[in-house]
Amino acid sequence: MSARLARHGRLIDRRKPLQFTFNGRHLHGYQGDTLASALLANGQTLVGRSFKYHRPRGIVAAGPEEPNALVGLGKGAGFEPNQRATTTELFDGLIAESQNHWPSLEFDLGAVNKAMARFFPAGFYYKTFMFPRAAWEHLFEPIVRGAAGLGRVPQEKDKDTYEYFYHTTDILIVGGGIAGLQAAEIAGKSGLRVLLIEQTPDWGGRAMVDGVQINGIGAADWVEKALARLRAMPNVILRSRMMGAGVYDHGYALGYERLSDHDPKIPGPRHRLWRIRARRIITATGAIERPLSFAGNDIPGVMLAGAVRDYLENYGVSPGELTLVVTNNDNAYLSAIALHEAGLTVPAIIDARPEATGALPQKARALGLRVETGCAIGTVHGGKRVTSVTLCNQAGSGAILDEIPCDAVAMSGGWSPVVHLWSHCGGKLRWDADQAMFRPDPARPPRGANGAGFVIAAGTANGHLAAEAVMEDAAEAAAAAVRALGAKADPAKRATARSMPEMPILPVWSMPANAGPKLRMKTWLDFQNDVKVSDVRLAAQEGYESVEHTKRYTTLGMASDQGKLSNINGLAVLADSLSRDIPQVGTTTFRPPYHPISFGAIAGEARGPLFKPLRKSPIHDWLDANGAHWEPVADWRRPYCLRRSGETVKEAVTREILNTRQNVGLLDASTLGKIIVKGPDAGRFLDMLYTNMMSSLKVGRCRYGLMCNENGFLIDDGVVVRLSDDTFLCHTTSGGSDRIHAWMEEWLQTEWWDWQVYTANVTEQFAQIGIVGPKARSVLEALGGMDVSREALPFMAFQEGQIAGIRARVYRISFSGELSYEIAVPAALGQAFWNKALAAGGDFGMQPYGTEALHVMRAEKGFIMIGDETDGTVIPQDLNLGWAISRKKDDFLGKRAQQRPHMVDPNRKQLVGLLTEDPQVVLPDAAHAVEGPKRANGMENIIGHVTSSYYSPTLGHSIAMALIKGGSRRMGETLRFPVADGVVIRAQVVDPVFLDKEGERQNV
Amino acid sequence: MLSLHCPYCGVDVDETDLTPGGEAHLVRSGSGSDDADFEAYLFMRKNPRGVHFERWRHSFGCGKWFHAARATDTLEVFGTYSAQTKEPPQDVQERIRARRPDWKGFGKGDRI
Ligand SMILES: [Zn+2]
Repeated sequence: MSARLARHGRLIDRRKPLQFTFNGRHLHGYQGDTLASALLANGQTLVGRSFKYHRPRGIVAAGPEEPNALVGLGKGAGFEPNQRATTTELFDGLIAESQNHWPSLEFDLGAVNKAMARFFPAGFYYKTFMFPRAAWEHLFEPIVRGAAGLGRVPQEKDKDTYEYFYHTTDILIVGGGIAGLQAAEIAGKSGLRVLLIEQTPDWGGRAMVDGVQINGIGAADWVEKALARLRAMPNVILRSRMMGAGVYDHGYALGYERLSDHDPKIPGPRHRLWRIRARRIITATGAIERPLSFAGNDIPGVMLAGAVRDYLENYGVSPGELTLVVTNNDNAYLSAIALHEAGLTVPAIIDARPEATGALPQKARALGLRVETGCAIGTVHGGKRVTSVTLCNQAGSGAILDEIPCDAVAMSGGWSPVVHLWSHCGGKLRWDADQAMFRPDPARPPRGANGAGFVIAAGTANGHLAAEAVMEDAAEAAAAAVRALGAKADPAKRATARSMPEMPILPVWSMPANAGPKLRMKTWLDFQNDVKVSDVRLAAQEGYESVEHTKRYTTLGMASDQGKLSNINGLAVLADSLSRDIPQVGTTTFRPPYHPISFGAIAGEARGPLFKPLRKSPIHDWLDANGAHWEPVADWRRPYCLRRSGETVKEAVTREILNTRQNVGLLDASTLGKIIVKGPDAGRFLDMLYTNMMSSLKVGRCRYGLMCNENGFLIDDGVVVRLSDDTFLCHTTSGGSDRIHAWMEEWLQTEWWDWQVYTANVTEQFAQIGIVGPKARSVLEALGGMDVSREALPFMAFQEGQIAGIRARVYRISFSGELSYEIAVPAALGQAFWNKALAAGGDFGMQPYGTEALHVMRAEKGFIMIGDETDGTVIPQDLNLGWAISRKKDDFLGKRAQQRPHMVDPNRKQLVGLLTEDPQVVLPDAAHAVEGPKRANGMENIIGHVTSSYYSPTLGHSIAMALIKGGSRRMGETLRFPVADGVVIRAQVVDPVFLDKEGERQNV
Repeated sequence: MLSLHCPYCGVDVDETDLTPGGEAHLVRSGSGSDDADFEAYLFMRKNPRGVHFERWRHSFGCGKWFHAARATDTLEVFGTYSAQTKEPPQDVQERIRARRPDWKGFGKGDRI
């Protein structure tokens, strides 16, 4: 059983005990523990269940590469699933729960999946999709759904806050081990700005655990001194608990800083996402140890040899009482020696190499440890805990030589440099056969804006495993970065380091070498996703030759650890199965983030009301206080209707429509886009932008205009006003003001840059208020100050002057078919004018109305709405708007496209009106019209769809508009609209103008 | 997250402050153009692995459109320049030639 030792533990403070719970059990640890070390200290080896077979899973690693020890942390609004115990610092009161088990961790019903392993081979999901639908629905999906999934989704809104931080630096160094510290010192001395980040709370990396000597003193002492020197440099910033999450184009990098995960009592944001632009990035990210592939390597108690050493030296925790070591290299002997020197028993060191003659094996033998060379583990015995291993020859197929009792296994398959950040932005790798590792190829780095490589790998991350080589490489990397930026550096002024010499590794991808199918079925590659050697071999056998395909077929490396442990072993098995070399098979793509980061950090402050700023009209607050039922319109909120107390939304809309048609309504139209277009060439420019002729518009007059893109499709509409000879005011849709302004600027800047035109988006400078209805003129007369008679202000004209003492521009335009005025006043006076209008309108029964009444009234008149009648594939001709397309102009945007054969096809969908057979039935929006027999595939033959559909209180029946193939030739036809549950609605094709076809109501 | 130099503001701008505008130096085919020219103008876009000329707008800055000469394979930027020109400036073309000796030249060998 794992346990806390009386001695050791350089990172823990035994004077500061901490309480925490795991699955409700009260446990204790020390300040400085990780959750993983504290769990092991409490003998909690079993920490989770695997994804597919729900196999018992124990802690394997001591860092972010951990595949198994995923827990749910916290509770309620602070709950977070899938947190790694190995990267979670212990604090007093921490609450953790294991996940992916039912009903309990110790007794898991899902583990029967294990018995079904035969039925869950590689490509299981793909293969079962081939079964009949019923089998999938009733058999597979319920089983898979019940078993699958890691963690549970938080049920409450996250209580914590997060922030972004923008940072620019000359050199970013990722990794605070001895390589990162050395690089920072060399770079720091150049005077350039340096940011050095370390993902853990502690500096120095593995050097202390591995007994490295630097400049003649212990690594820990050197690290302290180096930190002191770096802290004295004003141009160097040090940040621990900050991970280099990703490297992107042109030296962009993301840093993920965890500010209070280790102590939730710290106020302020929990995580900070650093958005860094660096001129050079040095990756000193170290290496990750590889597991060995032997049967039963997933049983709790089997750990990485380096992790065993970490737990022992850093936290004073032993993985077991009898820890067997299995290796293909010298490095793992460090673990055996450390365990032995801590007074623990190492029953054997199993070394796959034919002989082990290096200094470390010699030392182990001298200490009396049993070393078995040329040997392998045949199989590990145990259920929720290792009980013994069988010894066999590495060269054979598993014939048992001996059975060795043990309760832990420390394995080492060699080390893989952490090349993720090097690779994120395109850095290439090369295979180093001698060290059996992929390492950065310095000839093919990711390149920056000036074409030079901007990432430099350093130390172990660059493939150097011995401490002295690490220091030399780190100093050279820093000097190269400094010199590339035009400053001076002296790499000779570096520290020298000494570590135990190591003899070459023997690549071992299968243990024993000729393991048969029975062993391969029990040999795990990906512990979290339950991918075994047999799965990868099956994938290869079934024709999956590409490593990217094999990854997806088997799910190898697709778990939340992204295959940090499994990738190299997996592709080695694939290479072997395909009889290829490892570099021929290559690696899968490394994608950011290096290690999962919180959604909160990605969102930063952009949540709640700050997610997207709201645009408010000058009347917004009044509307809000007077029953506004809000709806989003682009970035604005507009009132759908204004409810009176006791009224439903539908009742309010009906009342607003009838009152506007009978008396007079008041509309806040301030959100309409307003763009000033000014200059000697303004008319010429608008002639190109609009389908109509705008240059001929007389000063003082208004004209409804259409805008198309170069495909000929309608993109916006609105009323254009000629304010003076060289000045136009273009109204756009509420959602279109920014887009259309940008559209104008694009053409002016990139195509007609010699035309003399300025534009200004003045949308928010004006409040615009509609006074609409038969009594509208009476209200304006009551407000006083301007002659608004039929003669003085005819339809489609405007006047400037004073209304009720407020400077105003009054347009006589109508979107309802009623007598209608829109009054633009300075935004700051919008509310004042609104109040005066309300007061003056009282005698005439005036009531404010919202967007739904506006929509219904425009539909009653057959007026189109951009986004309802248009969908990006509709030309004005489809909407019977041919009258608004000038035939006199040589050119306008969209003209050429509207001459293409498909655009002049008489069978295009065209706008029609619809009257349902039952006048009280309202067609659903977007209902499809169908015609004739069904098609060969059993689908209906669709000839069009409803674009707008309402109940018209004015007319007392439903109305709709639709785009129907050849619609203008179908007047009087009855069309079928199948809707839900087998119901078919029938409707007659009619003219889309339902009310006042002659326009008499507005022409008064 | 590309970084491009806005020739109007004189600053290096993060990609998130920019709006991409696709291929630069298109020649507009308007009313009266033949089908082939119009099709090329409307739909045919280069997608080279290598030297490319692009339109960008400094939307969250000065609002100006500018052009960038860029390598799509290595993300190297050869230069940014005014959008109000029919071809890349000579100094940009020379820089491309120096960095990419195999480049065939602006408008040469890269039409579809
Ligand atoms: Zn700019």
